[in-house]
Amino acid sequence: MEYEAVIGLEVHVQLNTSTKAFCSCRAEFGMEPNTNVCPVCLGLPGALPVLNRDVLSCAVKVGLALGCSIQKRTKFDRKNYFYPDLPKGYQISQFDMPAALGGEVRIDTPGGDKAIRVKRVHMEEDAGKLMHEDDGSLVDLNRAGVPLLEIVTEPDINSPEEAYAYLTKLKSIVKYLGVSDCDMEKGSLRCDANISLRPKGESRLGTKAELKNMNSFKAVKDALSCEISRQTEILKEGGSVAQETRLWDARQSMTFSMRSKEEAHDYRYFPDPDLTIFLIGDNEIELARAAIPELPQQKAERFIGEFGVSSYEAGILTAEKSDADFAEECFRVFDAADKKPVVNFLIGPLLAEANSRGCGLRGLGITPPGLIELVLLVQKNIISNLVSKSVLKEMIDGKTTAEEIVKTRNLAQISDTSALDGIITRVLAENDKSVQDFRAGKSNAVMFLVGQVMRMSCGKANPKVVKELLERRLSDA
Amino acid sequence: MCRFFPAIVPFSLIKPLSTIMSDINDKIIEYTAKLARVKLESAELGELYPQIKGILDFIGKLEEADTGDIEPTSHILPVNNVFRADEPAQSLPMEDALSGAPRRRGRCFCVPKVIE
Repeated sequence: MEYEAVIGLEVHVQLNTSTKAFCSCRAEFGMEPNTNVCPVCLGLPGALPVLNRDVLSCAVKVGLALGCSIQKRTKFDRKNYFYPDLPKGYQISQFDMPAALGGEVRIDTPGGDKAIRVKRVHMEEDAGKLMHEDDGSLVDLNRAGVPLLEIVTEPDINSPEEAYAYLTKLKSIVKYLGVSDCDMEKGSLRCDANISLRPKGESRLGTKAELKNMNSFKAVKDALSCEISRQTEILKEGGSVAQETRLWDARQSMTFSMRSKEEAHDYRYFPDPDLTIFLIGDNEIELARAAIPELPQQKAERFIGEFGVSSYEAGILTAEKSDADFAEECFRVFDAADKKPVVNFLIGPLLAEANSRGCGLRGLGITPPGLIELVLLVQKNIISNLVSKSVLKEMIDGKTTAEEIVKTRNLAQISDTSALDGIITRVLAENDKSVQDFRAGKSNAVMFLVGQVMRMSCGKANPKVVKELLERRLSDA
Repeated sequence: MCRFFPAIVPFSLIKPLSTIMSDINDKIIEYTAKLARVKLESAELGELYPQIKGILDFIGKLEEADTGDIEPTSHILPVNNVFRADEPAQSLPMEDALSGAPRRRGRCFCVPKVIE
């Protein structure tokens, strides 16, 4: 029997406000333990939480960007459980009146565009950090009370690849909004997954497992793949999947059941009496809407329409806002209507350099006019494509201009026939076999000869001119 | 990483009061005590049963009121949108923050080990 995976994701995004959600402690990362704490986030008796205005506006912005309906009334609830990272004995969260409900994130799949429905977006506070030693656990409460948004999907995801695409798109949107840096390594974006299998064609859901402890998008993908295999095996043998929480172990590439012993789990949610209700007016919603920048999807569509790039290229160029802005500046500096030469440069050598150096396009230190100067040198046949890549590297490392490098290193392409004639004569003399092949009708042999001329000219010969000259010489004789 | 959030939240205590009242028994009291990390002796259970039942019966009078036309209240105060600006203020000095802790190690609170 063939099974289909049904996956829902829960993403926690840490908001980049200056202060915590309910107190004025700094929400900074990497401080000395227990220095950003106060009676409110320590849960000392009598302390009262007051909501950070920016937390609600971030929630409204994210809700709008995901196409959710913003709730006119929203309130906070207490989620009760005991754990040392939670000093109050409850987490301030939202239960039945979240900030936003019902949106979607569109992803590209091999089968085309697909909408992953977003069930809800709610505000809550983060817990502290635990460090485990042999004889005890250490608690740092700097993170306790830092604002989070929890973004929950409907079970619309059917493969690990779709989960990956959803996370990539969601991260891109949230980063465009500027409300979080979404850095999984720093924990500012966290993801848990619910996954069950069902026979293909069946509409009822199977028993799900919840997966945790995945520290990268790739880990989410790997953990889901692994869990699909595990559950498939159980079902194929006629067994049933246990509803449980499983932890991903990246080193062993396996998921493990989290707890052997059963415990009582009942969060006893109830409205937090310390926080009164929040009414979100149309005016505030419109203000938030006006503050939303052009989002990746819209930007990609505009790039396709305005600059004639393909949907694939637009997707790559708009994933990061700063890259998209850089690309757009390049398109504007480049006069010609056909932007293809610029696109090829951006998503080819430039992105490769940026990725290998772990920075964005702008981080390479090349300005859009500087890049276009290089593109134009290739366009005008002054240097070859091959040479342009090494010039690019030098521009990045040496912080000089393309024209300067081409001049000082004498890299200009040789298109002058008289200069090329000598090399061609030598190549023809040394490669008699290819010459014979060409004359015997193997027209491809000329490409080998072009390659030899390129090699001998250290990449400086203009391959187009070389090919023409070779063909003329070969058919003349 | 060892925190346990269940996938489905049993919502056993949010039920109509009448259901809880007819349901109330030693098991529910024991369960509630367990959630609250309160250790109860069996003698105490016997004592608590009539007390809790009395409280629930009293609150149960609310069930008699007709609330059909009344909007649900989430807070008794007629106040809403209480905000603060996102501006940092002085936190507690670390020594003060840790001063009430039964056990500390370095700059951290120290608790019995919570990982298996």
